[in-house]
Amino acid sequence: MALHIDQASVIFPAADRQSPTEALRGIDLTIDSGDFVVALGASGCGKSTLLNLIAGFLQPTTGRILLDGSPVTGPGADRSVVFQKHALMPWLNVVDNVAFGLKLQGVPEAARHKVADRFIDLLGLKDFRTAPVYKLSGGMQQRVGIARALTCDPKVLLMDEPLGALDALTRERAQELILNIWDTTHKAVFFITHSVEEALFMGTKLIVMSPRPGRVTHRFDLPFSRRFLAGESARHVKASAEFIALREKVLGIIFADEEAAA
Amino acid sequence: MTDLRETAAKPAPRRQRGKARPVKPGEIYGVPGQGDTHWLSIAAIIGFFFIWWFVTHMGWVKPLFVPSPQAVLKKFFDVLQNGFTNIPFWEHMAVSTARVFGAFLLACLIGIPLGLAMGMNPVVRGIFDPLIEFYRPIPPLAYLPLMIIWFGIGETSKVLLIFLSVLAPVTLGARSGVKSAAIEQIHAAYSFGATRWQVLWQVIFPSALPEILTAMRIGVGFGWTTLVAAEMVAATEGLGFMVLTASQFLQTSTVIMGIFVIAAIAYGFDMLMRWLERRIVPWKGRM
Ligand SMILES: Nc1ncnc2c1ncn2[C@@H]1O[C@H](COP(=O)(O)OP(=O)(O)OP(=O)(O)O)[C@@H](O)[C@H]1O
Ligand SMILES: [Mg+2]
Repeated sequence: MALHIDQASVIFPAADRQSPTEALRGIDLTIDSGDFVVALGASGCGKSTLLNLIAGFLQPTTGRILLDGSPVTGPGADRSVVFQKHALMPWLNVVDNVAFGLKLQGVPEAARHKVADRFIDLLGLKDFRTAPVYKLSGGMQQRVGIARALTCDPKVLLMDEPLGALDALTRERAQELILNIWDTTHKAVFFITHSVEEALFMGTKLIVMSPRPGRVTHRFDLPFSRRFLAGESARHVKASAEFIALREKVLGIIFADEEAAA
Repeated sequence: MTDLRETAAKPAPRRQRGKARPVKPGEIYGVPGQGDTHWLSIAAIIGFFFIWWFVTHMGWVKPLFVPSPQAVLKKFFDVLQNGFTNIPFWEHMAVSTARVFGAFLLACLIGIPLGLAMGMNPVVRGIFDPLIEFYRPIPPLAYLPLMIIWFGIGETSKVLLIFLSVLAPVTLGARSGVKSAAIEQIHAAYSFGATRWQVLWQVIFPSALPEILTAMRIGVGFGWTTLVAAEMVAATEGLGFMVLTASQFLQTSTVIMGIFVIAAIAYGFDMLMRWLERRIVPWKGRM
């Protein structure tokens, strides 16, 4: 499985009396299975737009998106998405939300609840299994969204700031959980975050993006998640000299971007 | 320092000008129109009847114009026992209720799928939007003669007239309900491999339900409004017929009694719909 983004650009047509938005320009990116690609960048630099391209919700204005050699023409069950904004179904309870994808694929109720329960447990939602989702906190809703994307066992997992609303402790646990799932299933992951630390810790590849027009300005290969999966403790990895040095470097890039924008 | 002491010395926390009222435990700050209204409503109703009784009791208006509440109540029991125009009261009620709810059900069966189709499909919208927008603002009384010319003076034209008045609000409600689903919800379904049909029934329809239920409540109200017009021509029974006939014989108490009965049925049904709403869409406005 390989995903190729080849010189993709996206221009949103002008709304009344405004100029068109060049959300992405000349993006080149390859994501193989086993890759964990993290996108970082100031707000409005086109991260979600890039994710929408890969998911198939948008078509590039120029350039191509190829999945295993054939162009992406729309969404499909091989690519699951965890959305930045709420995308749960408020008329379903937690377990039915998590099992929603399997229901659409025609899996019988007992079987899909069994799969869903596994991910509900993994994400610490056991006590809320039958709770209506509109009564959950923002962080719990995000975890339901992650669980829902995982149940369908997609080849590519697309996550748009999936951990933004979690408290520090739950967030670290969720990071480790996602890394473990990624490690055992060899999915390809595209992960958007605003946290530099999270980006460095989780990714195998990091792309740093800049706005107006949205483009990739820096690329890094990252060793830290492999070190964690090889048995080193998360805190030890994050406290290591290499990690801190790279973190400062990336922070410097992002601050420079934001100052240039301001 | 003095400032500090002054504020500290203030008694109970005062409500700041222009701010929302502080909440009681269990409420959420700033929810529009929050608060219990039961007692106020009951007081208002009692007040209304008291003024009515008082004005008639003092003889300030003639009973021909406004009969007393007791007279209306007496009329009600009289008609309940002896019927109106030799037809039992329950039959008037049953006939009218059947006309309104028959037309209402038919309007829902046609209007909800039509509205959803209009929201989903530009071809359907293109065809039906001008038609519905054309007849919607016309008062039913204006096309009643046409109904009679085309469908005669029987049951068909009566039910059809009520049906048309309910159809427009229900259809438009379902149509605008289609827009309630967030694009992320729709995208989520598609990225699990959903078909268009599945997206319609498992995402768009449930999202539209709150608006559809509201439209149904509005629609049935239109139905009752049109009932009297529908029973104006060649009706021999029904609540609207009763009110119209009574007015011709200046039986004001029967007119008022009929109005109250219609209001009571409509109110009861609205209560039922509100209960259904709480059961079916408890998440309305909460996500
Ligand atoms: N549907 C749209 N129509 C027009 N312009 C859009 C649309 N979606 C996004 N844009 C524009 O494209 C640019 C990139 O938006 P995008 O949502 O991809 O940013 P982002 O990097 O995800 O930001 P954030 O970190 O705040 O989520 C922004 O300037 C935005 O205004
Ligand atoms: Mg975004």
